[in-house]
Amino acid sequence: MNSRPKSISISVCMGTGGIAAGGAEVMEAFEEALAHLGLAAELREKCTAHKVGCRGFCARDVLVDVVLDGQRTTYECVQADMVPRLVEEHIVGGVPVEQWLAGPDYEAFHAGQTKVVLSDCGSIDPEEIDAYLAVDGYTAIQKVLGEMLPEEVITKIKDSGLRGRGGAGFPTGLKWSFAAMAKGNEKYIICNADEGDPGAFMDRSIVEGNPHALIEGMSIAGYAIGANLGYVYIRAEYPLAVQRLAHAIEQARAREFLGKNIRNAGFDFDIQIKQGAGAFVCGEETALIASIEGGRGMPRPKPPFPAHRGLWGKPTIINNVETLANLPYIIRKGSEWFASLGSEKSKGTKVFALTGKVCNTGLIEVPMGIALKEIIYGIGGGIEGGRQFKAVQTGGPSGGCIPAELLDTPVDYESLAQVGAIMGSGGMVVMDEDNCMVEMARYFLHFTQEESCGKCVPCRVGTKRMLEILERIVAGQGEAGDLELLLDLGEDIKAASLCGLGQTAPNPVISTIRYFRDEYDAHIVHKRCPAGVCKALFEYQVVEPLCKLCGLCVRKCPVGAIEGGKKKLAKIKDRKCVKCGICIEVCPFDAITQIDIHETAEV
Amino acid sequence: MTNSIAEFEHSDAYFVIGSNTTEAHPIIALRLKRGVRFNGAKLVVADPREIPLTRYATLWLRHKPGSDAALLNGLMHVILKEGLEDNKFIKERTENLDALKKVLKKYTPAFTEKITGVPKEKLIEAARIIGAEDKVAFFYAMGITQHIVGTENVMSVANLAMLTGNVGRPSTGVNPLRGQSNVQGACDMGGLYNFYPGYQKVDVEANWEKFSKAWACETLSRKPGLSATAMVDAAVAGKLKALYVMGENPLLSDPDIGHTEKAFENLDFLVVQDIFMTETAAMADVVLPAASFVEKDGTFTNTERRVQLLRKVNEPVGESRVDWEIIADLSARMGRPMPYRDTSEIMDEIASVTPLYGGISHKRIEKEGLQWPCPDPKHPGTPYLHKGQFTRGKGHFVPVDYHPPAELPDKGYPFLLTTGRMLSHYHTGTMTRRVEGLNEICPEGFMEIHPSDARKLKITDGEEVRVASRRGEITVKSKVTRKVPPQVVYMNFHFAESAANRLTIAALDPLSGIAEAKVCAVKIEKLKPRKVRV
Amino acid sequence: MEAGRVFKITINGQAVEARADDTILKAAQREGIHIPTLCYHRQLSPYGGCRVCVVSVEGIPRLVASCTMPVTDGMQVRTDSEQIRKIRSTVVELILSNHPKDCMVCEQSGRCELQDLAYEFGLSHIRFKGEVSVHEIENQNPVLERDYNKCILCGRCVRMCDEIQGVGAVDFSKRGFRAKIATAYDGVLDCEFCGNCIGACPVGALTGKPSRFKGRPWEVRKVKTVCNYCGCGCSIMVNVKGGEVVRVTPVEDGGINEGMLCVKGKFGFEYINHEDRLKTPLVKKNGAFVEASWDEALDVVAANLGRIKKKYGSDSIGGLCSAKCSSEDNYLFQKFMRTAIGTNSVDHCARY
Repeated sequence: MNSRPKSISISVCMGTGGIAAGGAEVMEAFEEALAHLGLAAELREKCTAHKVGCRGFCARDVLVDVVLDGQRTTYECVQADMVPRLVEEHIVGGVPVEQWLAGPDYEAFHAGQTKVVLSDCGSIDPEEIDAYLAVDGYTAIQKVLGEMLPEEVITKIKDSGLRGRGGAGFPTGLKWSFAAMAKGNEKYIICNADEGDPGAFMDRSIVEGNPHALIEGMSIAGYAIGANLGYVYIRAEYPLAVQRLAHAIEQARAREFLGKNIRNAGFDFDIQIKQGAGAFVCGEETALIASIEGGRGMPRPKPPFPAHRGLWGKPTIINNVETLANLPYIIRKGSEWFASLGSEKSKGTKVFALTGKVCNTGLIEVPMGIALKEIIYGIGGGIEGGRQFKAVQTGGPSGGCIPAELLDTPVDYESLAQVGAIMGSGGMVVMDEDNCMVEMARYFLHFTQEESCGKCVPCRVGTKRMLEILERIVAGQGEAGDLELLLDLGEDIKAASLCGLGQTAPNPVISTIRYFRDEYDAHIVHKRCPAGVCKALFEYQVVEPLCKLCGLCVRKCPVGAIEGGKKKLAKIKDRKCVKCGICIEVCPFDAITQIDIHETAEV
Repeated sequence: MTNSIAEFEHSDAYFVIGSNTTEAHPIIALRLKRGVRFNGAKLVVADPREIPLTRYATLWLRHKPGSDAALLNGLMHVILKEGLEDNKFIKERTENLDALKKVLKKYTPAFTEKITGVPKEKLIEAARIIGAEDKVAFFYAMGITQHIVGTENVMSVANLAMLTGNVGRPSTGVNPLRGQSNVQGACDMGGLYNFYPGYQKVDVEANWEKFSKAWACETLSRKPGLSATAMVDAAVAGKLKALYVMGENPLLSDPDIGHTEKAFENLDFLVVQDIFMTETAAMADVVLPAASFVEKDGTFTNTERRVQLLRKVNEPVGESRVDWEIIADLSARMGRPMPYRDTSEIMDEIASVTPLYGGISHKRIEKEGLQWPCPDPKHPGTPYLHKGQFTRGKGHFVPVDYHPPAELPDKGYPFLLTTGRMLSHYHTGTMTRRVEGLNEICPEGFMEIHPSDARKLKITDGEEVRVASRRGEITVKSKVTRKVPPQVVYMNFHFAESAANRLTIAALDPLSGIAEAKVCAVKIEKLKPRKVRV
Repeated sequence: MEAGRVFKITINGQAVEARADDTILKAAQREGIHIPTLCYHRQLSPYGGCRVCVVSVEGIPRLVASCTMPVTDGMQVRTDSEQIRKIRSTVVELILSNHPKDCMVCEQSGRCELQDLAYEFGLSHIRFKGEVSVHEIENQNPVLERDYNKCILCGRCVRMCDEIQGVGAVDFSKRGFRAKIATAYDGVLDCEFCGNCIGACPVGALTGKPSRFKGRPWEVRKVKTVCNYCGCGCSIMVNVKGGEVVRVTPVEDGGINEGMLCVKGKFGFEYINHEDRLKTPLVKKNGAFVEASWDEALDVVAANLGRIKKKYGSDSIGGLCSAKCSSEDNYLFQKFMRTAIGTNSVDHCARY
């Protein structure tokens, strides 16, 4: 037996992703094993197993770091039943379990990233204020309160070049200065944590992984603009984030980082959590304010901007989670440092939820200005299964699709806008040859139409009419002139809508028509879906010579659309078939194929 | 009203006592609601019932019916004690405060609470609002006037307004809300037993001379006549022999219907001029069909003293005729021709004998009404009264002490009945009950009763009950609600089938002749005692 | 921004003076410059929902809604351009794509703001087909019919009910294309039935039940008069067709009620033409009323009053005039009592 380690630290990813993958059970298994071996009793505080927030590489959860005497080893895809062997061989035996070590993907995933706002996320225990304090947490607010005037804080943020991470990219310092100059003693700072893009979890991960950074950031912003109360408007569907944030607020109050006369510096600041009911449009500033005030989440025209007339009619600044969580790091490390990251007009880093058809999906933080290609092929490890890349969609449901030929586009506000996409809050969906761009556009438009608040006509009715045209096209009922009508109406909706939702809703449609017009034409003219996605445009057929009459497809078909059985040739009844593809998957002989409808029609 | 409706949106506070404003004066209530909701005005409502306006109130004082004077005195007591009175106003514009102070002395919050039931903390809070806010408007209606102390109650509101300097400025004032479309005009026109048009007393010799000359009539009476309630008494006593009723239905509107019925039966001759066969018309010897308001020209004067033009929309139905034409015809038949060509000529005569209306003509109010006093054709009208000076000179504080209502609940009649108006019906219902939609909104009368009382009497919501007072009895559906306090029941007087005024008392305020429709004692019985089945 | 300040702006190149608290729309309206609107209502808070009133402002990249955009000094506004016209037209076209084409039987026809705009933009052909909202007609109340199939979601009724009436009986519900105006939990309408929402509705979604199919706007004669109910003295516009009062509408230029009405003022007109109206004089003979001529009836009255006056004296006769009759009527009544009868016993029910 080797000499036992003198310190053991085990961190288990317990973000929502980690927990879903079994993080809580893994954690419990480690605690049990360490106790069983007497290590916990022996090493006391030098033997810890603790939870950490999201570490980004969610595809390989549960991620576990085992740190023995300062030496870190990372395991991926850990399950509770693997823990006894890990403890026995690695912790006790001193030999890491090679087979389960995080591999080259893990390294590649992290190599291209630059972590600022996520730098402590995934390494500290989000439920322990001391963990945050140990990494210099709350030194920024103390510095601000002790050494800086509010206007100096604003200048510092202006100098850093930080722009709003919620999507529009408005310079944060400049926005603050409007509220700081606005008359009145009563002002508010609101953190927009109403992350609503499908598949996005940037803000969620930050709140879950490092809630104190958000609290500290809000305090800094509050001090800068003269607000004594902050609201965090967060989705009720984020229970873990809400719980950790509430816990962190309690801890911060107990340590006098929130409350009256913070750290004796004569500044009062507190934070209230307001849970949103999950309306996408409440991510819009004025709708969010209406929601906090108890009204229906509906945007109102600006001006007046919230910086002049916001919550309860008082000057209000709304920043998103990522923007606010950046602040402590900027204060601590300086605006020059932050400005040195990123591109000329877009400073710092940006967090993305990288999803879709890349090998390595997860939460990433990259310097602004990085090429899309580097993200997809470097961090993301390329397209799954070696298939052909088709497009990357940035900016959530109202973003745009960027084709392969534009993959050199740098990720910054202006460049993305130029190619018809937007930065958005950080959604990044990669699509390959198996994705139908028409269906993709239809899907996103369906989302925005459902989430439209219904206030303005172009968004309420206009997106519905666009959606209906797309629905016709994917159903093989497209007509000549549809694309022109889509583009024409889309431009009018963009120009005429009241808020950002409507103003950007046509983006996925317009950008896919721009870059993938041939796919639209295939649907409209040839009634064919090149990616084989649109169900109305294909059907399944049994290839008679290959069918071995096993009857498996008949048994597995969930809707009973296949006739036949043992010793009888399978026959698919088109009218019943829902085109789920299970028969193709289960057929051991590849005897079922997908055929374009137009081909059968021509025969 | 001393002030104008439009001003109230800009008041800093409102004190509403005895007015169910949202139901009886909905459009004025809109101003108050807007003031509260959008301009941060404070609203103090004093009412025994939970009227809809309480929803908007900063403070609701639920005083006992008939304890208004005590409540007002209590408020003034606190205002003086806390030094919130407007000393400049008092010094420059009023007199006799010392006499009032003497009465107010005993109205400590504790004493006031005993009479009114309003917790002293609330009283003090209300007094502070009324005392501290700059522009406070006072509103009242029949909730404080229909009492034997009605006139004194009004004086008491005036005391409070003067004490706090809320008279003679925009957005303030003492504002009685008049209940009918032209009740103000009818008063202005001398439809009163003691006044010629424009509140010129009949027993002042100069006035007698003036009108004798103007009307070319030597036989004008020099002595005040009988008030409506006195006429009823006189008829019962056999002294009044004939009555000419135009557009009124006293048989339903006036307290103690049984008494009125007796009076009308006793008349030698009754003539009623109306648009419908009302309960009163049914007793008449002659009924004269009149035109409705859309069938005639003329003016209405609203509660803010604004004289506005009525325009003829239609010809009178059937053979019905416009009221003034009927009167003129009758007058001619009795030897006094009234040869007016149209209503504008009548208004010109009104202007010539009524200084308040001196400058008013139909032509001038063609586009927009004018508020009296408007003494001459150049005068722009008067949005608010008592600017700089009261009519009589200095504002006179009249000490008012609390006197209990004439009839309070006792063992035999254990409930206090109070009456009022509702939104969807009007007065005796002759009009609104002939409107399908309104009748559907509220098809029948009801009696509000507190759940605790209902429980004691084993009355369920919607159950018909017998309600009786010393004067009469009716059956009515009960509505079990917390809008009324325990031991108090409430009814509207719009419904002939369950006429609240069969129960009410005709005890009169000696000063104004108003009867105490707001307080009387009743007993309530289940209609059919539950029979035990054998 | 002192409200008193005057801003110099230009609209379509024309120099215009605007108040500091003006919106572009208000400043333009004052100058008589036409900007089409739908969700705008002069008595309600600016909404900016319909987008029909969009204009362009120099220096602002996006079109702005003129009904919500405050003026700033030196602002240069264009109310008309090809893009503006196109967008306005598209917006109206979109509304029409989800609006019944039943103008021939619609109560609002002839005073419908949507109809006017459709005409203004010449929208004889609608490019968009697709789903049309289907709602049950809501008329489970005595006076108001709500046909949300016609609703264009301008929110004017919602604002009217909230901001003016202070009731908040209806609000927006649901989202996207399914967004609609509804009562709480789609329950029955619980309100004061003031009907002011009807006046606010630009289309035929809200109608007064007593007035339905009683008269087209161009068939009725409108006469401004004063409401005959409580003492507020509201100005009302009585709509008459063929001698029958069919509708009461608000008087646009105000009155003390600024166009607002209550349930009685708005809906309480049916009694005027009610069959119960007295149409001939009646004289009671042997305990029963008998129809009489005016001469006959008035002679009976004159004879009886004369008889009693002679026999018992003037003060044996009393008169009750009326708080529901005009001042002129009342003046003559009291003059009659005081001169022809010779008594001061005249009164009315001012106290009830």
